[in-house]
Amino acid sequence: MKYITEYRDAKLVHGVLEEIRRTVTRPWTLMEICGGQTHAIVRHGIDQLLPREVELVHGPGCPVCVTPLELIDKALAIASRPDVIFTSYGDMLRVPGSGRDLFSIRANGGDVRVVYSPLDAVKIAQQNPDKQVVFFAIGFETTAPANAMSVVQAKALGVKNFSILVSHVCVPPAMHAILSSSVNRVQGFLAAGHVNAVMGYWEYPPLAEKYHVPIVVTGFEPLDIAQGILVAVQMLEQGRVGVENAYARAVTRDGNLPAQQVIDQVFELCDRKWRGIGTIPLSGWRLRPAYAEFDAESRFDVSNIETNESPLCIAGQILQGLKKPHDCSAFGTLCTPEHPLGATMVSSEGACAAYYKYGRHMILEN
Amino acid sequence: MCLGVPGKIVEIHQANGLKMGKVDFGGVMREACLAYVPDAQVGDYTVIHVGFAISRLSEQEAQASLETLREMVNLEEEIEPEKIFGKSPPRQQVETGD
Ligand code: SF4
Repeated sequence: MKYITEYRDAKLVHGVLEEIRRTVTRPWTLMEICGGQTHAIVRHGIDQLLPREVELVHGPGCPVCVTPLELIDKALAIASRPDVIFTSYGDMLRVPGSGRDLFSIRANGGDVRVVYSPLDAVKIAQQNPDKQVVFFAIGFETTAPANAMSVVQAKALGVKNFSILVSHVCVPPAMHAILSSSVNRVQGFLAAGHVNAVMGYWEYPPLAEKYHVPIVVTGFEPLDIAQGILVAVQMLEQGRVGVENAYARAVTRDGNLPAQQVIDQVFELCDRKWRGIGTIPLSGWRLRPAYAEFDAESRFDVSNIETNESPLCIAGQILQGLKKPHDCSAFGTLCTPEHPLGATMVSSEGACAAYYKYGRHMILEN
Repeated sequence: MCLGVPGKIVEIHQANGLKMGKVDFGGVMREACLAYVPDAQVGDYTVIHVGFAISRLSEQEAQASLETLREMVNLEEEIEPEKIFGKSPPRQQVETGD
């Protein structure tokens, strides 16, 4: 309640919420896919302002959260090498691997650098020909166009001391995995608007048909989210399945075609492990053979790595919408942003971090 | 990383065969790759994800998004993530205009 009153469009948001209240007659469970949306929902208390019938569960759309532990441990092993400059998005620095993180590698003398754009990593490689420069290429469809372009550039410029450690994940296979699970509770999706800005939403109609769910392309501002929820609830109440676009100002059905072209030129589909969730078939991207020379995993021998996840962490269930952060016994006590046990407490897009940041650990659920 | 920050294109040039541009994020200037918005022009607003323009938007929408982002995240960290290591970032050329 506290935050929504501060928001400039509070009236508009309340109007949409009122419309949701008028529309709803039965309980519905919706999942917002994107961690940015989760953050906005908790920040503005939208979940608490919704009528009792509408429950939001939080989805897997946090790239930092789902990057598998093995890969983070590989990153840490590579970053520790004296001949390596390891470059990464800032979000990955504090993600705990089995015992340490990139920050501590840097504190112990490792050359770990945060870059704004993957092209900066290519530039660093050009400037440091005697070093191996590795870029940690993680993310969903939103970072893929940038990460793909980094190897296209490296190849075009003949930069041989550059490679990427790839852990790309794709949204539609994750939706498929969630919906086909025997314990699934999700009855409708708010799709991640920025993913759709890149990919469009032409992949969604078969998914909606197969599982009889509405999928609503949704933005990340409070009003966008409220509108996405309203459209989803209307569709559910009317028994309509299919795909609607509630974020038309940024998203078209086809998405960004030049970006999709470069992604397709560089990456091919592969099975991918998601942290806490497990392997989802054909849910990730890896480098195509034509770009295999830029694969850090084959350039550095980091195959025998033993991982060690905190036994308390239930992030995997949270990311599938089965549990919420306060269902975790460590939430806010043993696990805090300063001492995270799991990745969902680190990233600003993680549900545990959002709940903690906005004081949900101090509120008793009723 | 996934949110994307709106900015205004103030200059366009080519670098290593790529369409690049200088983008104004409400006062902070950075270089961004414009290869994915081939018809974008100087003065256009676009959403930048990790240094790449992905989609275009109107000035009004850009201002509104910037405001929301400012409330949600530490915008400086999104635009200049290298500063996470304090005042002495590792030696690298990430400034605009080089
Ligand atoms: S609170 Fe911490 S330990 Fe619990 S699920 Fe979240 S990240 Fe894992």
